This record gives sequence, structure tokens and C-alpha cells, in this order.
Amino acid sequence: MSSSKPYQARKMSRRQLITDASRGICGVGLLATGLAGYAKQSQSLAAQCLRPPGALIEEDFLAACVRCGLCVEACPYDTLKLGKLFEPVTTGTPYFDANIIPCEMCEDIPCQEACPTGAISPELESINDAQMGLAVLLDQETCLNTQGLRCDICHRVCPLIDEAITLEVQRNTRTGHHAMFIPTVHSDKCTGCGKCEHACPLPEAAIKVLPREIAKGELGKHYRWGWIEKDKAGGSLIDEVLDLPDRVPEGG
Amino acid sequence: MKHPIGHEAIETKGWFATHKYLLLRRFCQLGILALFVIGPLLDIWIIKGNLSSSLLLDTVPMTDPFVALQAFAAGHLLESSAIIGAMLITGFYFLLGGRVFCSWVCPVNMISDAAQWLRRKLKIRTSTKLSRKTRFWVLAMTLVLPIYLGTMAWELINPVSMFHRGVIFGMGAGWVILVGIFLFDLLLVEQGWCGHICPQGAFYNLVGRFSPIKVTADKREQCDKCMDCFAVCPEPQVLKMPLFGENKGFGPLITSADCTNCARCIDICSKDVFKITTILPEKAEV
Ligand code: SF4
Ligand code: SF4
Ligand code: SF4
Ligand code: SF4
Repeated sequence: MSSSKPYQARKMSRRQLITDASRGICGVGLLATGLAGYAKQSQSLAAQCLRPPGALIEEDFLAACVRCGLCVEACPYDTLKLGKLFEPVTTGTPYFDANIIPCEMCEDIPCQEACPTGAISPELESINDAQMGLAVLLDQETCLNTQGLRCDICHRVCPLIDEAITLEVQRNTRTGHHAMFIPTVHSDKCTGCGKCEHACPLPEAAIKVLPREIAKGELGKHYRWGWIEKDKAGGSLIDEVLDLPDRVPEGG
Repeated sequence: MKHPIGHEAIETKGWFATHKYLLLRRFCQLGILALFVIGPLLDIWIIKGNLSSSLLLDTVPMTDPFVALQAFAAGHLLESSAIIGAMLITGFYFLLGGRVFCSWVCPVNMISDAAQWLRRKLKIRTSTKLSRKTRFWVLAMTLVLPIYLGTMAWELINPVSMFHRGVIFGMGAGWVILVGIFLFDLLLVEQGWCGHICPQGAFYNLVGRFSPIKVTADKREQCDKCMDCFAVCPEPQVLKMPLFGENKGFGPLITSADCTNCARCIDICSKDVFKITTILPEKAEV
């Protein structure tokens, strides 16, 4: 009965109604524009912010994570934090700063277990396959090992020692007769847990874990490595010896 | 001389009865907040997470259907636990009345109630006219933007989730937005945020459309037109027809889904006009 009755009691001119409504709609349009701009801006991850293990790639993560903090509360090491307004990570989403508390790589992955939305993908089966980020020996001028010392700390704390980080022997050209043991990260194994960055004894770590989007280069799609193609084909793909004309310097 | 609002009710019923539902609501709002906070604070885990998604007693998942819908619009299909959680919450508010969320759960309600209270105390009357339908446009925006952006844009600034999350996980600069809402409600638009803009309220308004639990102006013939209920109601437009529309054929039931079931009108009325009832409404008006 209520809805069939004409609504007369409220005297409001059509003009007033239209003005009010259009004010509302314009306001919403303005809000939408601003919000879209802010959203676009915060769609990429800052260099010091890493996602929990198994997190979808950033774009999908932002569509999936409802910012509930269940992963944060599940983490036994207080590694994860929720981003706050104006922090360099999308408001309310979970992240960690390896320099403050790294991920301890729990075998049962409680953060993944807790996530109700799939923003932390249930597909990650072993924590050793996590790709939270990638460690990079960013500063080869201050790393103690690159000066010929045997700090080795990042190597030793790495949960995947000798897989994710190896020490590669190089000649120490400064002394001429010593070796240098250069910490070298392998991207197929590094989980990005951040223990190396956290443990580096320098006041500002020489090795840092970056989101993989930032750390990794990308080969052109058409690039092929000749030596790999050769192995695959079981022999060279081009005629063995190209006979190029010898060039001898004039008057040589 | 006009008495201050609630004066008559306090005279006849006493202070306590005049604030009964208000106190219950505050208890409920703060209680829910407390249950979430004692987890990280005291290591007592009754409920984990926050209003966006939570886990009760390590078994019952609960997910805010509004945020679930935003995720869906952004192109992500949630895992089953979040979907079950969203269905549970939808069912809950479908039965109890959608905007029960606004008046009994949402922490921002305390801000907007405070602003409305201060407005009355300071006798601020100015209020910019804004359609109460604006919130439905905002709601549409919050669900359309993710389709284009692939990210839950509204959750970047949603004061409701920000407030609740902030209390549990740290507020950071989030209080800026909360102060903004308070000042907006106080100085610019009366009941500006909850009554005009908040898309979450608009969403729950839609969810609770057909809820069987309503307030009714049962004994409207006793009404002496003191208008106290209009002064305290966060959505006073819903009171008009049920109270005064009898000769136009309107029943006493507050059918509008705008009503938040806060029951403040029941508290403030010295003539006991209102009560909560559970008959099924014929149809909710917008
Ligand atoms: S794997 Fe363990 S330490 Fe790492 S983020 Fe998850 S819960 Fe925290
Ligand atoms: S548990 Fe999942 S949805 Fe919740 S904050 Fe963590 S990643 Fe986001
Ligand atoms: S811990 Fe730091 S200083 Fe030591 S070897 Fe590793 S990167 Fe170099
Ligand atoms: S009509 Fe009564 S219950 Fe409904 S919002 Fe207004 S004061 Fe609250």
C-alpha cells in the first residue's frame, strides 16, 4: 500500500530535485576520477615492500586481497604488516620489509593457510618455491667480500645455502695473489625471504631483496641462446665453419 | 520554551530507559571491536582478521559481501572460504535488516553519531543540500571502477574498513580520513557521511530490503508531535509517513530500507509510540 500511494507530503520542486541529484552525481564523478588516479598510482609495488610467499603477481594480488590481515595474524614472526594510508604500499595490503623482519620460511606456510581469498595462492606447495622477491648484490663497492674479506654472512644465513646464494671465486686484482668470494644469487632458487639483507652487517645492506618485477631483466621474446639451441638440436644450426676473408693490417 | 531533546522521555521513563538501545548499540560496537583487538593485544583469539574478512573461533569464516563484490568486479574469483563467509554475512543482514550493520557494528557510526550530537549541542543548523540517493551512485562507482582498473579502488580509502583495520593493525595516517568525516558531518552536511555518501551503507541497505525485522510506529495515535525522534534519527525521512501518513493510507511500519534499526526513536519517545516488530513488510520503499 505504501508504494502505490503518491508521495505528496514533501513539497520539493522538480528543479530542486534535479539540482540536488546532479550535485550528487558530479561529486561522485569527481571522486571517481581522483580515486582512479590514486588507484593507478598505487598499483606498482615499492622497492622495499615484499609480498607474502605465494602471493599472486601484484596486479592480480590487488584484485584479490581483501585486506583482512588474517595472514598478518597467522605469521608467527610478526614479519607481515598491513600497509597504512600514504605508505608506499597499497592501503591495507600485507607486506614485509626484509630489512626489518625477514620471512622465516615456515614449512607449513601459515600465512598462506590463513588467506581466505586466494590472494596468497594455495598453489604454492613448498615454501622453497616461493618467489617473494629476488636478492640482488646491489652494491659491489661496499660488500665486504668484494673487497677480498671473508664476511660470507649472507651466504651462511641463506635457508637455501649453496643453491640460492653461492660464493663465486674471482681473482683479487688488488693484491694480485688472493681470491675473492663473490656472493652470487641465483634467481631460479632465491625465494626472496630477505634473510641475507637482514643479516648483512653493513649499516646499509649491500645485498637487498627487491620485488621480482624490479629485480629481473627480461629477454626479448625472439632471443635465442646459440649454445642452448645447439644442444637442443644436437648440433650447430648453421654450417660449421663460415669462411670469412682474413684481414691483415696494412703493411703488416 | 522548547525543552532539549529527550527531556520529556527522561522525565517520564528515566535516563536509563531513554538511552537503553543507545547503550546497547555502543556495547555491541565496542564489544565487537574489543573481540578483534584482544587477539593481537592479549593473545586471546576469539576472532581473527577484521570486518573485511575474519575467522570466528578458528572455524566460521565471515567475509564482508561488499568487499567480496569489489574483488569480483576487479576480476578475482575468491576461494571458497571467503565465498562461504560472504554468504553467511549476507544471510545474517538479510534477516536482521541490512543497515543493522551501520548502527550496531560499523565503527564509523560512532563518529557520525558524535558529529550529530555536537551539531545539536552547538546548534549548527547549516547543511548543504545533497541527495540521499548520492550513496547509490557512489556504490555504483565503487563496483564499476574495479572493472576498469582491476584493483579495489574504494578499499584504498574506505573509511569503514580503514577505521576497523586501523584499530587492530595500526592506524597510521588513516585518522586523517576519519577526522575528515567528522568535520564533514559537523560543518557541511548533516548526517553527511552515513546518510548520503557511504556506499557500504547503501550496499547493506539493498541487502536488507526484505528483512522481516522492522521498527513500527505502533501507537502513533499517542504521538504529541514533539519531533524528538526526527531530531535523533539518522534517516529522519523514513519516519514521516509511518508517523503522520495515516490519512494518506500509510501503515505504521517503517518500511524504508534506509532505517538502520538503531531503535533510537524507541528510546527517545516519551509516549512509547515505537517498537520493534517482526512482521514481513509488503514492500520496502527506496
Ligand atoms: S612463511 Fe612464515 S615467516 Fe614467512 S611470511 Fe609466512 S608466516 Fe611469516
Ligand atoms: S589473508 Fe589474504 S586477503 Fe587477507 S590480507 Fe592476507 S593476503 Fe590479503
Ligand atoms: S653479508 Fe653483506 S657484506 Fe657480507 S658478503 Fe653478504 S652482501 Fe657482502
Ligand atoms: S527510524 Fe528509528 S530505528 Fe530507524 S534509523 Fe530512525 S531512529 Fe533508527
